Amino acid sequence: MAANQEVTARKSTAVDERKTRAQEAPMLPAVDIFEDAHQITVQAEMPGVSKDRLNVQAHHNELLIEGDVQLDMPAGMTAFYADLKTTKYRRRFVLSGELETDRIAASLKDGVLTVRIPKRAEFRTRRIKVDAQ
Amino acid sequence: MFESLFSGFDTDIFDEFKRLESEMLQLFGNSPWPAGIRAMQRGAFPPVNVGNTPERVDVYLFAAGLDPKSLDLSIQQNLLAVSGSHKVKVDEKADYYRRERFDGDFRRVITLPDDVDPDRVEARYRDGVLQVTIQRRESARPRQITVN
Repeated sequence: MAANQEVTARKSTAVDERKTRAQEAPMLPAVDIFEDAHQITVQAEMPGVSKDRLNVQAHHNELLIEGDVQLDMPAGMTAFYADLKTTKYRRRFVLSGELETDRIAASLKDGVLTVRIPKRAEFRTRRIKVDAQ
Repeated sequence: MFESLFSGFDTDIFDEFKRLESEMLQLFGNSPWPAGIRAMQRGAFPPVNVGNTPERVDVYLFAAGLDPKSLDLSIQQNLLAVSGSHKVKVDEKADYYRRERFDGDFRRVITLPDDVDPDRVEARYRDGVLQVTIQRRESARPRQITVN
């Protein structure tokens, strides 16, 4: 009986933790990812994020993109309707070995983040000529 | 003999999914309010938040990378309509792995509280968010009533 009670107590704290986590769960920004001969480009839509609230980092072969939404809000505002319920964007990608993670370039314009990851010279695509007789 | 193959799993996780699903249904699916006639399905572009104070109503449209010149805003009584074009430049020479960004024309109509003043509207575009501020009518603002 005592053991049973203990189990119930543990379960209810787990549910509480999960609820807080769900409220803080970040949004996944919509991305386009494309590759050309020299680089891979990631374009992520993060409206409401300014340059100083953006974090882009490559660590242990993982690219992390995150940002906080900051809106110009008058004091005492209450929500009337909301499609977006959190203020955080966050998304991660695993990079591959041929990418030069120390030469990543990022720029932000009107809420669109562009990350360019160059490929190492020896991995750039070379056209192969086909000889036909 | 093979029972151990099936019974060894922790079935808790499936119960957990069921519980989450029913919680979400309670919250969104079976909500006691009927949806607005102009409301759009989840995931419609652009997402909109609307905030309220006694003096004004602010509408935030989350649309990154917009050309403000493509925007068309109009207000009729308490209906705010925003339409525009969200064009994503496609690199013809590149191979695409993901194309999740919205590309095309959009239009959203937002029902505002009844007491907004359609003559006093301001709009600005910053960091990919279009913010439209609509003042409310003086007469509709809460007034302190003194009891004698």
